[in-house]
Amino acid sequence: MSKIVKMEDLNKAKKRGLDALMPRKTKIMVGMATSGIASGAGEVYRALDSEIKKRKADIILKKTGSMGMDCIEPLVDVITPNMPRMAYGRVTAKQVPAIIDQILNGSIDKEKPTYYMGEEDFIVTGEKIKYYKGKKPASLKGINAIGDVPFYKKQVKLATRNCGLIDPENIDEYIAKGGYFSLYKALTTMTPDEIIEDVVKSGLRGRGGGGFPAGTKWRSCRDAEGDIKYVICNGDEGDPGAYMDRSLMEGDPHSVIEGMIIGAYAIGAHEGYIYVRNEYPLAVANLTKAIEQARACGLLGKNILKSGFDFDIRISQGAGAFVCGESTALMASLEGKAGEPRAKYVHTVEHGLWNRPSNLNNVETWANVPLIIARGGNWFSAIGDKASTGTKVFSLVGKVNNIGLVEVPMGIPLRDIIYDIGGGIPDGKEFKAIQTGGPSGGCIPAKLVELPVTFDDLKKAGSMMGSGGMIVMDEKTCMVDIARYFIEFLESESCGKCVPCREGVHRMKQILEDICEGRGQEGDIELLEDMAGAIIDGSLCALGGSAPNPVLSTIKYFREEYEAHIRDKKCPAAVCKALIEYRIDPDKCTGCGLCPRVCPTGAAKGKIKKIHTIDQKKCIKCGACVESCKYDAIIVE
Amino acid sequence: MVNLVIDGKKIQAKEGITLLEAARENGIDIPTLCSHESLEPSGACRLCSVEVTKGNRSKIVTSCIYTVEEGIKVNTESERVKKVRKLIMELLLARNPDSDVIIELAEKLGVKPQKRFLPDHDKGKCILCRLCIKTCETIVGVSAIGFSSRGATKIVGTPFDEESDVCIGCGACAYVCPTGHIQMETTGDTRTIWGRTFKMTACNVCGRYFAPEDQLKYISQKTGVPLKELSTCTSCR
Repeated sequence: MSKIVKMEDLNKAKKRGLDALMPRKTKIMVGMATSGIASGAGEVYRALDSEIKKRKADIILKKTGSMGMDCIEPLVDVITPNMPRMAYGRVTAKQVPAIIDQILNGSIDKEKPTYYMGEEDFIVTGEKIKYYKGKKPASLKGINAIGDVPFYKKQVKLATRNCGLIDPENIDEYIAKGGYFSLYKALTTMTPDEIIEDVVKSGLRGRGGGGFPAGTKWRSCRDAEGDIKYVICNGDEGDPGAYMDRSLMEGDPHSVIEGMIIGAYAIGAHEGYIYVRNEYPLAVANLTKAIEQARACGLLGKNILKSGFDFDIRISQGAGAFVCGESTALMASLEGKAGEPRAKYVHTVEHGLWNRPSNLNNVETWANVPLIIARGGNWFSAIGDKASTGTKVFSLVGKVNNIGLVEVPMGIPLRDIIYDIGGGIPDGKEFKAIQTGGPSGGCIPAKLVELPVTFDDLKKAGSMMGSGGMIVMDEKTCMVDIARYFIEFLESESCGKCVPCREGVHRMKQILEDICEGRGQEGDIELLEDMAGAIIDGSLCALGGSAPNPVLSTIKYFREEYEAHIRDKKCPAAVCKALIEYRIDPDKCTGCGLCPRVCPTGAAKGKIKKIHTIDQKKCIKCGACVESCKYDAIIVE
Repeated sequence: MVNLVIDGKKIQAKEGITLLEAARENGIDIPTLCSHESLEPSGACRLCSVEVTKGNRSKIVTSCIYTVEEGIKVNTESERVKKVRKLIMELLLARNPDSDVIIELAEKLGVKPQKRFLPDHDKGKCILCRLCIKTCETIVGVSAIGFSSRGATKIVGTPFDEESDVCIGCGACAYVCPTGHIQMETTGDTRTIWGRTFKMTACNVCGRYFAPEDQLKYISQKTGVPLKELSTCTSCR
């Protein structure tokens, strides 16, 4: 790897990168982020590899990250010179020979691509790169351009600009898309103050949950007294169902590294840490490679770009404690201590890691920095909402048709995310609520579907931005059970240092369990509300300080469900097993014999053509009968 | 000096001291459980929470950590403070129903057991205040005990609950424990603590068994005072 010192070197790397991105022969890229691998991309990759070798085809095979639309993975992209980029979704190893046939024949008659890309936005440089010249090939008739795919239509990709489009293991491809040019600009033409000023102007707020203005934090850390300062990247993403940061670290590690180098220069730090949870092996592997490459190119280490600035990064692996995503607990863990938070009356920008000024930002925050430097703070602040600028990456999961990572401009209504991007609720069910902000976020009810997604609007509605988890719930979701689930998660993840969080959340869980199991008592709702207030006020850190959110928000919007559980001993959504019964509707049952066959305990009984019955004593409420019944004859209430 | 108001009383306090120190110096009582004058505060029990008003914004802070600031108003008995304190005591009463210290403190603060919290019977009298761990680490300097697990299952003990080979049997942990949870038994020439039995040294003057051998060896090693000189009990020295 040749050293990068001058603009000329960067341009050379850019050229090499462009050749790798759009080579003179066909290239196949397989989405091999964790989401792709989980859907079977490894098998598809191996099938492609052996098929290419078998036919001695002159085709390049590469791995890339995730484009975000995880519900159509494994995703295979075919890039042929002067042809639109073809994306094949839900590919199986079986389809591979046909896809190779098509590449070799120049046809698309056997396997239909899911969508195509005619051009690609190089958002950092502002260029638009065309994959082909001239008119759209006739063979593309009936195939959507990526911009017309509902999942992508309303998305604006800033932080995830390169995910699924470049080979994360090749620094040249990152450079080809404008990478490290921002670092060059920052180190050779900007003073630290000018950089901080630009970040302040951009309005960038922390993407990890707190939403604290990044520029202000950088300024405080720069101004803090001390010779040794640190920059830290928080990659300890621990929310159940959230994987924005994982995808970024896997798919575009250099964007995080470049952001950190710029930040370190602005703040005056020479050492950086990336704290990644141990459960993200691919993120660690790709980051490690990227750091080695950056070091080999001289973009990390001594005298970066001959500016006289020294900086290097180390990766530290966490052991999977949710609380280590809290900045002071993370720093304790980096120091080799147990991951326990401390009170933040003294800020970490003044006394953080090893008691020295430390600037911690989340993965997504860092990834936005090179873009802000390249395009300017004003450009960035024009995107999104006034007080919540730019975009936010969300992991859209739960009861929604299109599951995946979405990056949207802030201020977009929830409706657009759930219905336009997410494609609505599966099986024609009603949308009931959406949980945002991870386990300690809140549940926002369907009636607030027009709520704009901003830091402040979500907070006002009793939830929060958090790091970006979005869990969609349909009418068959019990809100008390959901509150119980999240509280149980938080109870087990509380570090146990302070009494309100350790004991209070534990007792909240016991009460919620009681309510779900029919032992709820009059006064429980009021008690939960009282406890919530004192836990929020009394807890040491943000984990305890936000832990009651799922309970408070579900009580606020779905109080009648709590009352039904407590007073009537009923679960309106028919989820809480202790409160429901499975019965057979004699008017609908045809006596087909299916439910007795699938019932694992012999509770469903009946002779063929005779109305069946369910023995309540034997029924374990597993729901197998409901799934088997074709006549909708099983009543659950 | 810093000027502030605590419970309506105008106070001048030395810069850098905590609200708790400032209040106590002025005869204002704030209940605490995990605070100890010889140890760094940790803010774990939260019982010393007070409400601080700066301008028109107020927040709950732990007075054992929060340092005095010019112009702030501190309320140690506001409704918000009382709610936090009440919940903490209810939670501790449920966690440690057999602790006389907790029962007495709850009575003093006018807090009754919350019937909805079923009392635990597996936690003994330990309130996880961490005074023992900090004493062992920072005062004794051996770190024989620490936490294991987290959340509601967090416990204090020796690593892997095995006999500690660094423990010197000094009993400082038992001495500092505010609820008397830590069991230490000294009979004749032996002392048992944290599952390990130590041999006691007899005073070379009066013959009374006064300290574990390991403790005296440790002090001798640390201070350079010959072991022989340490083998006289404090009463005979």
